[in-house]
Amino acid sequence: MAPEARGILPSADFQRLLDALHIRGYRIAGPTVRDGAVVWETIGQVSDLPISWRDHQEPGRYRLEQTGSAEIFGIVHGPQSLKPFTFAPREPLLQIKRTQGGFAAQPKLPQPEKVAVIGARACDLAGLAIQDRIFLNSSYQDPYYAVRREGLFIIAVNCTRALPTCFCASMDTGPRAKHGFDLALTEVDDRLVVEAGSEAGSDLLSALSLPPVPHNVIDEAAARVDACAQSQVRRLDHSRLPQALYDAHEHPRWDDVAARCLACTNCTMVCPTCFCHTVEETPDLTGQRTEHARLWDSCFTQEHGYIHGKNVRPTIKDRYRMWMTHKLASWVDQFGTSGCVGCGRCITWCPVGIDLTEELSALLMPCEQQSMTSRQ
Amino acid sequence: MINPYLIHPATIVEKIQEAEDIHTYRLQLNEEATRRTFRFTAGQFNMVYLFGVGEVAISIVSDPDEPERLDHTIRAVGRVTSAIGRLRAGDTVGIRGPFGQGWPLEDARGRDIVIATGGLGCAPVVGAIEYIFRRRREYGAVKIIHGVKTPRDLLYQERFEAWRRQPDTEVLLASDRPDGTWRHHVGVVTELFERVPVNAARTLVLMCGPEIMMRLGVPILMKRGIPATAVYVSLERHMECGIGLCGHCQMGPYFLCKDGPVMRYDRVEPWLGRTGV
Repeated sequence: MAPEARGILPSADFQRLLDALHIRGYRIAGPTVRDGAVVWETIGQVSDLPISWRDHQEPGRYRLEQTGSAEIFGIVHGPQSLKPFTFAPREPLLQIKRTQGGFAAQPKLPQPEKVAVIGARACDLAGLAIQDRIFLNSSYQDPYYAVRREGLFIIAVNCTRALPTCFCASMDTGPRAKHGFDLALTEVDDRLVVEAGSEAGSDLLSALSLPPVPHNVIDEAAARVDACAQSQVRRLDHSRLPQALYDAHEHPRWDDVAARCLACTNCTMVCPTCFCHTVEETPDLTGQRTEHARLWDSCFTQEHGYIHGKNVRPTIKDRYRMWMTHKLASWVDQFGTSGCVGCGRCITWCPVGIDLTEELSALLMPCEQQSMTSRQ
Repeated sequence: MINPYLIHPATIVEKIQEAEDIHTYRLQLNEEATRRTFRFTAGQFNMVYLFGVGEVAISIVSDPDEPERLDHTIRAVGRVTSAIGRLRAGDTVGIRGPFGQGWPLEDARGRDIVIATGGLGCAPVVGAIEYIFRRRREYGAVKIIHGVKTPRDLLYQERFEAWRRQPDTEVLLASDRPDGTWRHHVGVVTELFERVPVNAARTLVLMCGPEIMMRLGVPILMKRGIPATAVYVSLERHMECGIGLCGHCQMGPYFLCKDGPVMRYDRVEPWLGRTGV
């Protein structure tokens, strides 16, 4: 990479980056602590960021703690990926009003908005790239997604600490942000290595006129990201996918996981790539206007597989199998990529701590061996 | 960018009763520009919308060469279709479409056609049958095979009679629970698959009905020499968007709203027998 594509910014001067974004008309969204978790909120000051906080994630467990350090990006991630920025949890599609002898439908596209997101992780970028493929490069382009996507400026953070639930290294999606960002930051003690990944990012970087990064800091930053990859304890073996999972359709492990799964939909809500949605129609009280909106749906709901008088996936076993087979197998056939980016959110936010890496390894074992090692 | 979610108003020009709770709605798009440019193929579907209620996927059964007339046969069974069932000629619905892949009727020219259906909801093939008979000379022998549980379930009786009178056409009916008046085959429809005279090399099969009929019936036809690649099935799943984005209509690697609803049998064969797919 050309030397001018990088600069070093002391953490104490981080406000300069926020100011530069504000000058360019961006609303800045960053991680903030709320109700014991980290969520994206509009921020103005460095102090809005969760400085000195760290997250602890395990299957079915999410805890935040304060370390007393000056670390800005100590929290790896919260339940939200980048998904809500582009694929809104509820998106009004049409405003329809009654007219003389009929109705008139008006598209209700979101207002174009320049949003700079600070703190996206490599897994989030990978998730966004997959959603781009779905909503922008399929047979039909989604104009609502396109408007939201257009205004996004992404400041990624390279991970230097892996959570026990992370497995991006095995999915080749992280922990280093390789593409899909405007700027990427690596926090090295009290400094940030700032790297541009797009023209808009380069412009911002030159405007900051940061000093060049000393070689030893470049090496140190790279070493910390590498160490983060090394330290990941979970991995997902996708080498035999999609076929191996198609072949496991009748595996007894599905019964085992179905007995634990609550079909609560959490895994699909926190997943950066899940795209199922339903459409709701909300007429107003006068009956003269109605809003046609889409909202996130989940393959774990009763209604997802419903066709008049029949449900093609009546059991939780059917639905868990649908979710996992889609995510890890049929997704590959549909979009040329796995639907999993290794962020581990579905493991953390599962109330009963179901771990899809563990489920997959069990499912890829021959049935006889599996029954010997299965839990209880 | 085209907005694939935009709903276009259409007027019910005529409402034709097919059975107690089944009507064919003849629709005409209200906006002239949309009406002029609307083109579809037999077997494609529209999302039909009712103000304040919602949308439902319904196949277009009228002739694609008259694209300004859009017939949809709808059984009042769900939330949206029951509300549509209360509409009258002159009322307005909405249309978004056409979506999906239809029957390969262009490629079927010159071939013998077996149309096999079962149960109540065979609207998707009605359009194909009418299409073929309007161009009768372009196709070879036609066999229409239809199975019902009880004779009472036999809808479109007059249509079957009219089709029977077409040249080089045979209509074979089966009922597993017949009454005293039933003069056709007694048993399940797939038994007719064993008996229907076919010239396997020339035949193309169009099938619509319960998946179990496809799963048990197609192997019988294959044993008689008809390759799986000459069998097309119309499949059904929950559909909300029609454009492959809402995720509901998946069957294995396919989104039936855009890869289907008509699929070549060999492509879906691995998924048909699986539970929960």
